This record gives sequence, C-alpha cells and structure tokens, in this order.
Amino acid sequence: MYEFVQNNGPVIGTLLALGQILAFMIVLLLSLAYLLLFDRKVWAAVQMRKGPNTVGAFGLLQSFADFLKFVFKEIVVPAGADRFLFLFAPLLTLALAFVGWAVIPVAPGWVISDINVGILYIFAISSLGVYGIIIGGWASNSKYPFLGAMRSAAQMVSYEVSIGFVIVTVLLMVGSMNLTDVVEAQAGGFWNWHVFSFDLLPWPAFLVTIPMFVVFFISALAETNRPPFDLPEAESELVAGYQVEYSSTPYLLFMIGEYLNIVLMCALMTLLFMGGWNAPIDLGAENWPVALASAWHFFWFAAKVVFFFFMFAMVKALVPRYRYDQLMRLGWKIFLPTSLAAVAIMGGIVVYANAG
Amino acid sequence: MLQSAAFYILAGIAAISALMVVSARNPVHAVLFLILTFFSAAGLFVLLGAEFLAMILVIVYVGAVAVLFLFVVMMLDVNFVALKQGFLDYLPLGGLIGLILIGELTLVGWSWADHRYTGATLASPTPEGVSNIAALGAVIYTDYAFFFITAGLVLLVAMIGAIVLTLRHREGVKRQNIHAQVNRTRDEAIEVVTLKSGEGIG
Repeated sequence: MYEFVQNNGPVIGTLLALGQILAFMIVLLLSLAYLLLFDRKVWAAVQMRKGPNTVGAFGLLQSFADFLKFVFKEIVVPAGADRFLFLFAPLLTLALAFVGWAVIPVAPGWVISDINVGILYIFAISSLGVYGIIIGGWASNSKYPFLGAMRSAAQMVSYEVSIGFVIVTVLLMVGSMNLTDVVEAQAGGFWNWHVFSFDLLPWPAFLVTIPMFVVFFISALAETNRPPFDLPEAESELVAGYQVEYSSTPYLLFMIGEYLNIVLMCALMTLLFMGGWNAPIDLGAENWPVALASAWHFFWFAAKVVFFFFMFAMVKALVPRYRYDQLMRLGWKIFLPTSLAAVAIMGGIVVYANAG
Repeated sequence: MLQSAAFYILAGIAAISALMVVSARNPVHAVLFLILTFFSAAGLFVLLGAEFLAMILVIVYVGAVAVLFLFVVMMLDVNFVALKQGFLDYLPLGGLIGLILIGELTLVGWSWADHRYTGATLASPTPEGVSNIAALGAVIYTDYAFFFITAGLVLLVAMIGAIVLTLRHREGVKRQNIHAQVNRTRDEAIEVVTLKSGEGIG
C-alpha cells in the first residue's frame, strides 16, 4: 500500500488507496447483507420453514428492510449508563471488525495491505474484539449486560490460546506470517492444501492438520460468540447478555461487527487450511488473461468462505448450547493440550521434511 | 514527513493518555486510557520497524493482560472519595520516584545522543532480506537460548504457584465426570422388570 501511494504521487495515490478501501468495504457490506439472508434461509430450511420471503423476490431485500428499520428507530441510552462508552462500544466493535479485513488476500494481488505479520495482525485485532463487548456490558450499568460481558471476556481469552497454537502449526508449515505466502504455499491442487498436506509425505501431516482444523473451527465458533457458545448473550439465562440495553443503530453496529467477525473467521479458515484462492485442481490459471484469472481465483475464495459460513449456520441450527463449565473444560483441558502437542509434532515433521 | 507526523500523533496520544491514567476519576476509565497508551506504543514500534514486537504487545498486553485487569477493576467496589484522600500524603514519595525516573531517562537519552557510550548497542534496523521474526528468532533461540528457556521456566513456576495457592479439593462435592457418562452402557443404566398388574416393585 505504501509503495502504491509512492508510485502514484501523494494526492492521487492517497485518493486511489482510499477508493480501494471504500470499494472493499462496500463489497463486504453488500455480501454481508446477502450472507445474513442466507443464514436465515438455512435455519429456516433446517426447521422446515420458508424464512424471509416477502420483501423483494424470495426475500432478497430483507436485509435492507431490516437495516432501514434499525436506522429509523430511536436510540435509547439508559439513565445510569456511561454515555460516551455506551455509544463507543458498538463503534469499536464495527471498526475492529473492518480493520481485520485489511490483510485478507481475496485473489492474487487483491489485498489492501500485504504486510509481513499478516496472521499476527489478524490475531491481534480479533483479540481486541473483546473490548467492544466488555465496554458495552459495563457502560450499560445493568446486571445482565455486565454478566454477559464477564462471560464473554473469559471465553474469548480462553479460546484465543488454542487459536494461537493452531495458527502456529500452520506457520511452521509455511515458514512465513504473510497471508499471501500462506496461500501460495498451498498452490497446485487440493492435495497441497494444509488440511490434507500430502506434499509433506512420507510423514502423514494430515493426521495433525485435520484435527487442528477441527479445533480451529470450534474455537472460531467460540471466539465469535456463535451458538453453541453464545453464552454472552444466552437468552434463556441472561435475556440478551451485553446487548440488553442496546437498541436501534448501536445494536445494528454490534450485529454487523459480529457477522463481519464471523465471515473473517471463515476467510481465515479458507486461507490457513483450505488453500485460499487456489482452485481444487490447478487448471493453469496463471497463464490466463489477468482479469479472468483474478475472477477465477476470487470465485474459489468466495465459494470456500460461503461454504464455511454455511457450516457455521448449520452448527447454529443443529447444536444445543453448551453449559459454561463445559465450555471452559473444552477450551483449557482439551483444546489447549491437543494444540500444544500438535505444535510439537508439526515442528518435528517440518524439521524432518526439510532435512530429507 | 508522513512518518514524523505519525510519530508525533502517536507519541502525543500515548503521553496524554498516560497522564489520563493517573488523573481519571473513574478507575475503569483509567484502565481504558492505559489500553490506549499500550496501543499507541504498539504504533510507535511499527514506526521503528519492529512490527513483530508491536503485534505481540497488542496480543499479550492489550488482548489478554489488560482484559483481565479491566475485569478485576470492574468487579471491585472502590470508594473513590477515600481513594483520593491520601493523595497529598503520597505526593512527596511519588514526586521523588518521578524525579528519579526523569533523571534515568535523561541519562539514557544523553548517552544515546552521544555515540561514544553506546557504540554497538545502538538500535539497528532489521538486516536487509531478513524478516523481523527470523532476525529475532535467530538471536533468541541461538545466542540466548539458555536465558530464554530459563525465563520460560520462571514463568511456569509462577503459574504453578498461583494454581497451587488457589486449588482446593473439597470432599463430597458432586462433579460431572464426562468420561464416566460417555462410557455408561445400556446394561448399567437400564433394568427391565416384569411387573404384575396392581402390585408394586417392593
């Protein structure tokens, strides 16, 4: 990005960079609107309902109707609330959800900022996401939001640990923290994707990476407070957790931020384990015209992200909510030792493969 | 130009929010200002070219330590008026410590500016062609491997100590044993009894 600004001169370069960011955000928000609809349609199908089908053809405009409904409602700030922090929390959640996307490569060269520590950056940003929830819960000055915020803080800090170790296993295989490098290391066909990683034979690395992929998927559910780990907003115990006092636009910002984080986690699973923009079978797309090749790669990236989003929706529709002590047990007593062992084993495999 | 502007903005935010940490009336606000200070410091690290340290600062301090800190401060029921009362009593001691710190920082800055005393220890940018992490790893895991592992062991001992201090096994508490639950078979759980109509089991 910096070189880009330098090459095009300070004024035009900055404007072009801002334009790129804006275009990325708009595309992201538009796809989010339809992913939300997709989410609701999937639950509806699981429960043998039709789902939203009135606004627009097949309910295609439902998300926009919901958006307008939220925006035109009155913002209610509770009397005892910390006014500034109460309104700051949803803004923080939304902003952090957006900045995480800055390093996600969606096709070869299509990335806002191709930094060396891309994975660490995403990890850092997602570990900041907990502040939106804690601040919102505390600033509401009410008991249920506060309890929800407490739960969420403990939960997110716990599952970050195993997410970190899973990321380290992938980093050991790639030898770089740059997300573009991570994707390029998986080029060539689906057998090179990290989840299968047959290129590291004769050592069966997939015996490590497939369990790690599962650990990452479940930890991503917990990290984004999705069911079955939506204890911060468990409606049967805490009404709606940290969101109780929120209405109108602030609530909408919380919700958009939450869904952006979910899609970010889906994108991260795609990049780290499922080959990113690489097609399952290499058709030699690098020799195609640039526009066609980019569209082809972007299609595969988007398809994989939507597939993982579908998996998230199915989990929400099918799995009952965990109890809090079970959640903590899973995080600390099962995922942490498993992922720690996987880091050691993968380190050994990589050293062996490089030595041979 | 852009870099010096970024430096002054980040350093200014860091200094002002550090001042707000000690002067904020509400302890939760103080912790939030502390987090802002950490974050600006991470930005300064990025400007120095130490992006790995910056990310680790955000992940460890902002993402984990400060969350637990905030957690504790929110739970405390602090009497703010009583907290402010001892302010004048502690002022001389606090002022002394502040003066010592300023003196030390001045000495460091002075010797930094005067290259005679620092020589080889001056901050050097990351070597060409080597990424930040590779450079750090090469130093920590080869030259200083023993100290690094020792530091890790010290932390481990501290962690075990904290767990030992708080661990209590109480007798007679019903706990869920997931292993036993999963391994329960049909024979253990169900007993089929044939009953005559009108009579009970007993």
